[in-house]
Amino acid sequence: MKFLLVEDNQDLANAIVSRMEMSGHVIDHARKLEDATVFVATGEYDLILLDIMLPDGDGRAFLRQHRASDFDTPVIVLTARSQVSDRIGSLDLGADDYVTKPFDHAELEARCRAVLRRRAGNTTTAIEIGGIAFDPVAGNLVVQGQAVTLRNRELRLLELFLNAPGQIFSKNKLSDRLFSYDDDASENAIEVYIGRLRKHLQPSTLRITTLRGLGYRLDLDG
Amino acid sequence: MRNFIALGLILMCNASWAQNWEDRQQFNATDATTTLRIISSTDTNLFAPLIEAFVAQNPDVAIEYLVTGTADIDTRFRKTPKAFDIAISSAMDLQLKLTNDGYALPLKGVSHPAWAQWRQSLFGFTSEPAAIVINRAAFKGLPIPQSRQELIEALRARPDVFRNRVGTYDVRQSGLGYLFATQDARAFETFWRLMEVMGGLDVRLYCCSGDMIDDLIDGKIAVAYNVLGSYAQARAESQNVIKIILPSDFPTTMMRTALVSRSSQEPQAAERFIQFLVGYQSNPIESTRLLPPLNATENGVERATIALEPALMTFLDTLKRNNFLYEWENALIQN
Amino acid sequence: MADLSVSGSLRNRLALTLIGGAAVLAILLFFAVRNYAVQVAQQGQNDILQASVTSMLDAAVIRNNKVELDLPYSAFSMLATPADDQVFYAILQDGIHISGYDDLVFSAGVSGGNSIFETGKMRGVTIRKISASKTLIGANQRIEIQIVLAQTQDALSDTLDQISRNAAVLGIGFFALAAALSFWASSATIGQLGKLTSSVTRRGPQDLSPFSKPVPREMAPLVTSLNSLMGRLEQSLSQSEDFIVEAAHRVRTPLATVRSYAEATLQRVNKEENREAMRSMIKAIDESSRAAGQLLDHAMITFRADHLERQELDLVALAKELVLRLTPIADMKDLSLTLQGDSIVPYSGDFVLIQNAVRNLIDNAMKYSPAEGSIQVIVSAGPSPQITVCDRGPGFPNDEIETLTTRFQRGTNATNTIGSGLGLTIARDVAAAHGGKITLTNVQEGGACVTLSL
Repeated sequence: MKFLLVEDNQDLANAIVSRMEMSGHVIDHARKLEDATVFVATGEYDLILLDIMLPDGDGRAFLRQHRASDFDTPVIVLTARSQVSDRIGSLDLGADDYVTKPFDHAELEARCRAVLRRRAGNTTTAIEIGGIAFDPVAGNLVVQGQAVTLRNRELRLLELFLNAPGQIFSKNKLSDRLFSYDDDASENAIEVYIGRLRKHLQPSTLRITTLRGLGYRLDLDG
Repeated sequence: MRNFIALGLILMCNASWAQNWEDRQQFNATDATTTLRIISSTDTNLFAPLIEAFVAQNPDVAIEYLVTGTADIDTRFRKTPKAFDIAISSAMDLQLKLTNDGYALPLKGVSHPAWAQWRQSLFGFTSEPAAIVINRAAFKGLPIPQSRQELIEALRARPDVFRNRVGTYDVRQSGLGYLFATQDARAFETFWRLMEVMGGLDVRLYCCSGDMIDDLIDGKIAVAYNVLGSYAQARAESQNVIKIILPSDFPTTMMRTALVSRSSQEPQAAERFIQFLVGYQSNPIESTRLLPPLNATENGVERATIALEPALMTFLDTLKRNNFLYEWENALIQN
Repeated sequence: MADLSVSGSLRNRLALTLIGGAAVLAILLFFAVRNYAVQVAQQGQNDILQASVTSMLDAAVIRNNKVELDLPYSAFSMLATPADDQVFYAILQDGIHISGYDDLVFSAGVSGGNSIFETGKMRGVTIRKISASKTLIGANQRIEIQIVLAQTQDALSDTLDQISRNAAVLGIGFFALAAALSFWASSATIGQLGKLTSSVTRRGPQDLSPFSKPVPREMAPLVTSLNSLMGRLEQSLSQSEDFIVEAAHRVRTPLATVRSYAEATLQRVNKEENREAMRSMIKAIDESSRAAGQLLDHAMITFRADHLERQELDLVALAKELVLRLTPIADMKDLSLTLQGDSIVPYSGDFVLIQNAVRNLIDNAMKYSPAEGSIQVIVSAGPSPQITVCDRGPGFPNDEIETLTTRFQRGTNATNTIGSGLGLTIARDVAAAHGGKITLTNVQEGGACVTLSL
């Protein structure tokens, strides 16, 4: 996915960018509305992350303008305010969702996913490999022609693997990505989810290999 | 010894005191706790029925009734106001001056028409006109004068008939006479002419109404001028001998008046008497009454009652009185 | 609201002042009238005495070298009064008493033509006397005739009493009328204030706009002050709101920064104890953030509770919106969040507050739900409009059910969980502001339910 981040706080922006890139997305960063306008004009984005308070103006004004020019790129607003007026204002102006700072990156990701899923419509961006068709946006998995219902975390786990094929993910890393910090996830929780995923993938040629002491890796059989 | 002389003096005084009264009577002396001393100019026989009616209603009160002339009443009363409780007189002017001079007691409880009383202290209780009374026999065949003017003409026409046979008050002696004369003089210019005519006819002067009427009935005089008609009326038996004429040119009417002495020792009893008096005399139904009642009108016509006002003192002024008497004497005593 | 300390009534004060003024005026009027009446009446008596004395002096002549004074009957006749006043007189010739009352004193200072009036006493009564003189010129002599004429003042007193009574009646009548008028006038004037009051009362809780209706000039300063007060209040309110928002931003932004770094660091460390430290740090940040958020929510609710912005809303729509918004979070934790109950539940309430309360309840539920648990949001109209949030967590400890809603209280089984007891307090406050309440119940099969009844 190609994202545009409009945020003036450098530290926060760095954090978001690195996190998104780690998830396998491409992300551009604009620090001012002026820059953002240029980016939007010259590039096609799947999602825009828009901060409200920017040095050269109110993000909502940009949003209004953006929508008025018939751009229908999904927008998620980043706001420090939790006032109702801001929420309604943003949504009325055309934002798809909003997060309030400070936010959990996992929440941001979840919302991005939700927004993209809503906006996907009929277009499918499926990854086909090893006998499965996986649509990360819609969250559908078809294994050897059979639709499989995955739990959310299972979905994300699979997505992680598919985004970086051949990469070894440590338990910790997986834990970080799958569970939020207030979850009392034990080491076993990862094993449980790996196990479940393995089961779902069995009809296919994809295999999750356990590398003792190192982690897990998704391999293609054959 | 001295005591005997004192006692003797007192007795003598009392005797002389008693001798000076025309009349002196006691009413209800036996059962009474209070005695009212009334000094009056009205004959006892005329006033007695009233007194008797009062004591019948008020058995606790005795009345001592003393009669004397109007001028005398004024003199005695001024000298010893403590000696009398009530003063009744026909001399309105003298009574008014007594009241003006402060000798009368205001009676709050007596209600009386304003024109018949003065300062709530002097109360008029009769209406008595001054009249011309004639002997019928003397005027046989002669026109009967109906007014003063006609009287003057009648007298002038027949001096022989009327010489020494005309009578009127001696105003020097009679208070009522003075009152009537001065009121006449004030009202009628013909008064002095009448006086002169009468003077020219050797008029007889009387101190009192009673004597005048007696002589009239006896025929000693043919006409009495300015005499109290009521007195003549009271002589019921002589109604066919005498005739009372009220002068058509306004008969002067006087009110007999009563007052309570300010120095009275029995003010409550005195007030009760006055209250009874005015009530008795104001009631027109009472036919046994001997004194004419208080009445503002006569046959529907308003009477010329002498007004109870300070002006009554005018003719009592020394200078004016002296002047009047001088003129009067000049007119009436022509020799 | 503290009871206003009421001292006195403006209307009564105004009315009493007017009545007091009217009373003073009435009394002054009475005395003025009486004074004037005294003067006029006395002048009347003086005039009559003057006329009488003149007629008496006119009757004095010298005849035959002797003074003759023929008192006219009219001289005393004109002195007759309805009260039968006493009359006293004395005639003097060159200072020597020749007639009348010898105890009546002729006033000094009278000479040819002028007359002197005096008020004095004679034989125990009050008299008004005039002393006048006239010089008679004879053939070979000049004789001064002096007359002093006096009259008691009973009739005068009677007249004055009558005038006084009438003046008093008039005065009282005027006063009564003035009093009635005063009450009416002050009521009418103060009524203007009443109009302003009702205009203020009729306003809705949010209406801080200035008064635009015309007011009487005297009330203009008051209304201007009121408007400026409301302006300042509005400004203060928005400033407070702005402050809260600003505070939120200032607290959250650094937290956000710290959190990102912590997360980034967590990604890079592998040692378990370091990981543990980073996790703790992030947990702490999340707790601060959540606490700050809840505190600010609570402040906002306290703010709003005094002037609810009630609007016609559908509780189901409200809950649906909330569920929609929170579903991504629930998905993150593999929790199912479902909406059940009636299809429409209309209610008139404050949207912001209610949504805030329910969000806090769902937040709590997500906190206490076990992995892969389910949370139900049930909206129903009976017995009263209510929203219930149920989870499959450990449930409330039975002995703590009552006290859990007090501020900052956490249950004994919440030891390792982020969040303050504010969540329930917020829900309770919102319920109370709407005249409702919250009820905590434990589900038989395990779990807890919180019902927000309105």
